[in-house]
Amino acid sequence: MEGARGTLKLKNNALSLDVTDVEILRALQEDSRQTYMAIGKRLGIAHSTVYERIKKMEKQEVIKRYTAVIDAEKIGARNITALMSVYTDPKETEKVAERLAKSPEVLELYACLSEELLIMAKVFAASQDSLHAFIANSVAPLPGVLRIRTSIVTKKFKETQFLISNDSKGVHL
Amino acid sequence: MTSETASKILRTVPREKAFYFFTSIGNYTGVSASSLKEFVERINDVNVKSLEFHLYRGDFEKWIAEVLQDAELSGEVKRLQRFNFTGDTLRNQLGTTVSRRLKRLTSQLGPTRV
Repeated sequence: MEGARGTLKLKNNALSLDVTDVEILRALQEDSRQTYMAIGKRLGIAHSTVYERIKKMEKQEVIKRYTAVIDAEKIGARNITALMSVYTDPKETEKVAERLAKSPEVLELYACLSEELLIMAKVFAASQDSLHAFIANSVAPLPGVLRIRTSIVTKKFKETQFLISNDSKGVHL
Repeated sequence: MTSETASKILRTVPREKAFYFFTSIGNYTGVSASSLKEFVERINDVNVKSLEFHLYRGDFEKWIAEVLQDAELSGEVKRLQRFNFTGDTLRNQLGTTVSRRLKRLTSQLGPTRV
């Protein structure tokens, strides 16, 4: 069944996906609740093939989880999202990032190279006061934190996940 | 006031109890103070916007009362809010208030043992 179109292969420690795998992933990224039948119909393949490939990608953790994207505004949540840049002593960056990663207030966390090494985090808080308390009590005191710049998000214009595509050059954004 | 009380107020507190100076919500200057002595030093050199931000939020009086446990100085700092000081005037007034208290507390400690 996997034969001509290929299957999941390890290549430089990365799983190699074929065109069908990528198309299935794209379909799931658009709507992960659609049936195997619907995906199969759209791609012109049997629903059993869709099922097998999805199960394989789940097992290989190519598909990590299925989740719901919630519109916080529609449920009346008056929460604050902020983008926080934490400038650190380069020797301590890793430890600071590890500590921040454990905080439930931190939704996303990245180490970035700008003019200097810094950590960027998307932070979620119930109010400006709780945002400040979190940063003052849990971020500023971490050893190696030199200074912090925080911007509060006032309007969201776009929020999405990358959609993968596949061509002759391989799988990419 | 006993020398024990003065000593307690003048102690160096752990890192997590230090005062961290911000200029606005979430914007940390990189400056902190772990004792009353350090607090006086920082008042003199920190960005004055930070002094304005914390004084009118009540952060100074809260830290002095809850962490250093100096109710008297906390009250004095709180009273500064009434005057709506800003800029270097605020820096000078706050610096004078805290320095005076630091001097008084230090004099309560008694002779230094060698």
